Amino acid sequence: MSVVNKGFHGRRTETVVELPPGQHLTTDFPVLQTGPTPHIDVERWRLTIRDEHGAVHKWTWAQFNELPSRPITVDIHCVTKWSKLNTRWRGVSLDTVLESVGTAAEFALVRCYGGYTTNIPVRDLRGERAWIVYEYDGMPLSAIHGGPARLLVPHLYFWKSAKWVRSIELRADDDPGFWESLGYHNYGDPWREQRYVGD
Amino acid sequence: MDIASKPRLHWQVAQVLDVRPETASASTLGLAVPGWAGHLAGQHIDLKLTAEDGYSAQRSYSLSKPPDGERIELTIQQIPDGEVSPYLTGLTAGDEIELRGPIGGWFVWRPGEATRVLLVGGGSGIVPLMAMLRQRTAAGAARFRLVYSVRSPADVYYGQELDRLERECDWLQVVRVFTRTGPPHTARPPGRIESSDLSSPGWGPADGVSTYVCGPTGFVESVTTLLIKQGHQPSAIRTERFGPSTESRNEDR
Repeated sequence: MSVVNKGFHGRRTETVVELPPGQHLTTDFPVLQTGPTPHIDVERWRLTIRDEHGAVHKWTWAQFNELPSRPITVDIHCVTKWSKLNTRWRGVSLDTVLESVGTAAEFALVRCYGGYTTNIPVRDLRGERAWIVYEYDGMPLSAIHGGPARLLVPHLYFWKSAKWVRSIELRADDDPGFWESLGYHNYGDPWREQRYVGD
Repeated sequence: MDIASKPRLHWQVAQVLDVRPETASASTLGLAVPGWAGHLAGQHIDLKLTAEDGYSAQRSYSLSKPPDGERIELTIQQIPDGEVSPYLTGLTAGDEIELRGPIGGWFVWRPGEATRVLLVGGGSGIVPLMAMLRQRTAAGAARFRLVYSVRSPADVYYGQELDRLERECDWLQVVRVFTRTGPPHTARPPGRIESSDLSSPGWGPADGVSTYVCGPTGFVESVTTLLIKQGHQPSAIRTERFGPSTESRNEDR
């Protein structure tokens, strides 16, 4: 059963691109996080990838910045209903990072400074559609938006694009992350409106 | 099973029971939701409005009260140019809207938790905190301290109820911070929240305090920065933010 709300017209924004169901446009950049903003000194920053055999690969900030980077312009979709078009980032493709690790694992658990976690299938980190970014709109990524570096996986709801990324654990089994353990969808495809468990 | 992790959230039709003004621009909606299975204080719902041609818009709103059978309450801050909130505050008894929930299992307080609870709310950020406070009046043993920051006395939600609870509940302290205009005869000059507003004997980093901060992004950033400078552990601070990152105004969430 569906209700028609008489007298409700809504704000029809004319956009060239179609938005995922239930989303509306914002030109701001809202901030959503579960706790205080961690402020991470790049001298102390490390990216660690642990593969399914326990082998550990580490990059310092300087080493990570030597990896080939590219500009990325993408639309982002937050589960709290806002979408933002043509956001501009710079970062390193996960293809590049995973190539140097050489994994056959199916699942990834991303861990962050501050304790946040999220799980993503490794296939969604491949194919030039997932990055670790450190610039937004031509500027170093601010702490409030996940700097020094965050994940960017724009084809999934934005909670998967974990801020303050610290490590990626490559696993044979799927281990639900923070929101995925609290009623949010395990995969989070905005085009199929996978907001919550069972969607 | 924990309410927070209940599987599958179906859209349900809720009927407006009553609409009460809280301020000139905010109203509390009492809604009847058939079969509502309960929720935790601090959780929110998703709400959907559908136009006659099928266009629909969704927003999230915090529940302002703990569960009361099939009755739930939301407090809606009307945003002048908002797509959804002006319509919601104009609803009257008998109107129907679609919603689903409860959602969110992190920014919640459970009555079984005994640690001290510091609630810090800015503007309409009071709403989920009020649900926790009201939950505590019904059950629990924790001591609560609420620091509530608003622009002026006219912007206070739940004012009379907070006054009454402050008088009647020996487990509760309420601190009001007015950022632009204070009431007459108050000692604290109007101004943004400061470190001294957040500190009190028994409420320091060593006292095992669980802290919940809710408000516009700039407010939450500044409050959490002050708390961490005082020595509070980031892991003991839960936050919920709304609005843009660039300025401190509320908007449709």
